[in-house]
Amino acid sequence: MLSRIVARLIIYLILITSSPVMSQAAVLPEERLDAMYHSYDGGGVKVDGPALLVRKNFAEQVSVSAFYYADAVSSASIDVLTTASPFTDDRTESGLGIDYLRRNTLMSLSFSTSDEEDYQADTVNFSLAQEMFGGMTTLTLGYGVGRDVVSRVDNDFEDDIDRYSYRLGLSQILSKTLLVNVDYEAVADDGFLNSPYRAAQILGAFVPERYPRTRESHALSLRILKYLQSGRSLRAEYRRFWDTWDISADTLELGFNKYFGRRWLMEFRYRYYTQDAASFYSDNFTAEQNFMARDKELSTFTSNSLGGKFSYTFLQNGAHTLVKGTFSFSYDFIKFDYDNFTDIRNGKLFSFDADVIQLFVSLWY
Amino acid sequence: MKSRSSIAVASLLVATSVLWGCGVKPWVKPYEREHLADPIMAFSRDPLSDKHRQHVYEVREGARGAGVSQGGGCGCN
Repeated sequence: MLSRIVARLIIYLILITSSPVMSQAAVLPEERLDAMYHSYDGGGVKVDGPALLVRKNFAEQVSVSAFYYADAVSSASIDVLTTASPFTDDRTESGLGIDYLRRNTLMSLSFSTSDEEDYQADTVNFSLAQEMFGGMTTLTLGYGVGRDVVSRVDNDFEDDIDRYSYRLGLSQILSKTLLVNVDYEAVADDGFLNSPYRAAQILGAFVPERYPRTRESHALSLRILKYLQSGRSLRAEYRRFWDTWDISADTLELGFNKYFGRRWLMEFRYRYYTQDAASFYSDNFTAEQNFMARDKELSTFTSNSLGGKFSYTFLQNGAHTLVKGTFSFSYDFIKFDYDNFTDIRNGKLFSFDADVIQLFVSLWY
Repeated sequence: MKSRSSIAVASLLVATSVLWGCGVKPWVKPYEREHLADPIMAFSRDPLSDKHRQHVYEVREGARGAGVSQGGGCGCN
């Protein structure tokens, strides 16, 4: 069934690829290297590590990319403090991608694998991006399939998850200074979807969580970018999310970019997120139910983030094979406020702050 | 699953047919796209940075998808 749908979409795109509407060739993604140190510190959880992304193009038709990402986790989160012991863990994720450009069609295939002691995830993504109407419009179709294996470190428990994602995107040039982008993504999961460690609460007593084994989610986003006078731009993004667990969420993000002199580029941003709880979430159930969750990520909560990114161009006019080089520092302050998740140590509604830091160097060649 | 996919394909057909039927000519010529080519007009200026930020939010929120970075296995449970 799935293969038939994807085949239909691919045939459709091939048909429009050969249409006379095409007149201008698309281009491959930029050749660049990014090396980053990232850190997250909040709610008793500290995660940090390196990340690397490199892309090389060949014969103006093929682009190959590779990335590596590592997390060193030390967790004394609220879940851990109330039902288990603090722990440390390492996660590494790596991936390879290849893009092939034919006239105005960019075909991309990528594979990524994520590995930690009690969680393994493999994902394959395929997408087709088609430029139309003299490069004014880009239509993107994507399909992804993944397999996760969930286990526990202290016994031989093991289960798995199959994941499928479907993406449809449209980017449009509206004027000399205005871009708009609409994306839709549906994700279907089938398997063991809760944490094997976390506990739900029934009248104050802890019992293992039980989630449905399937979930379907939908996300629709709208992004607008406007170029303002003298090297400034304004970005607005909104996303609506809903799923079969009755979670609904809204995300709003605003960003403002501005050049300071010839070497500094700064971005200031604000993000607001709010969600309603899953139908089977409760802080403290009054009776046993088929499905029970006390994961704060499934509760009703809001988060507010304020941050910025500062990039300094240390290589502006090229040197040897390099075209450009930048150093960047990015920081976000996030505040999470939960409406129906209590800290059982003091009986108060839970909230916490987090600091997210990135330091990275980017080289274009 | 079937109805969802059919809706997606139908929407695609309608959207492209409408644009195609209009005989759209580019009203912003390539030589008028100087500002659009500026790095500050990229939805994702730094892909690695955006991938990390998206991951930070996805593992702590119920919502997922339709972000600027394509998803991967994240060990999110």
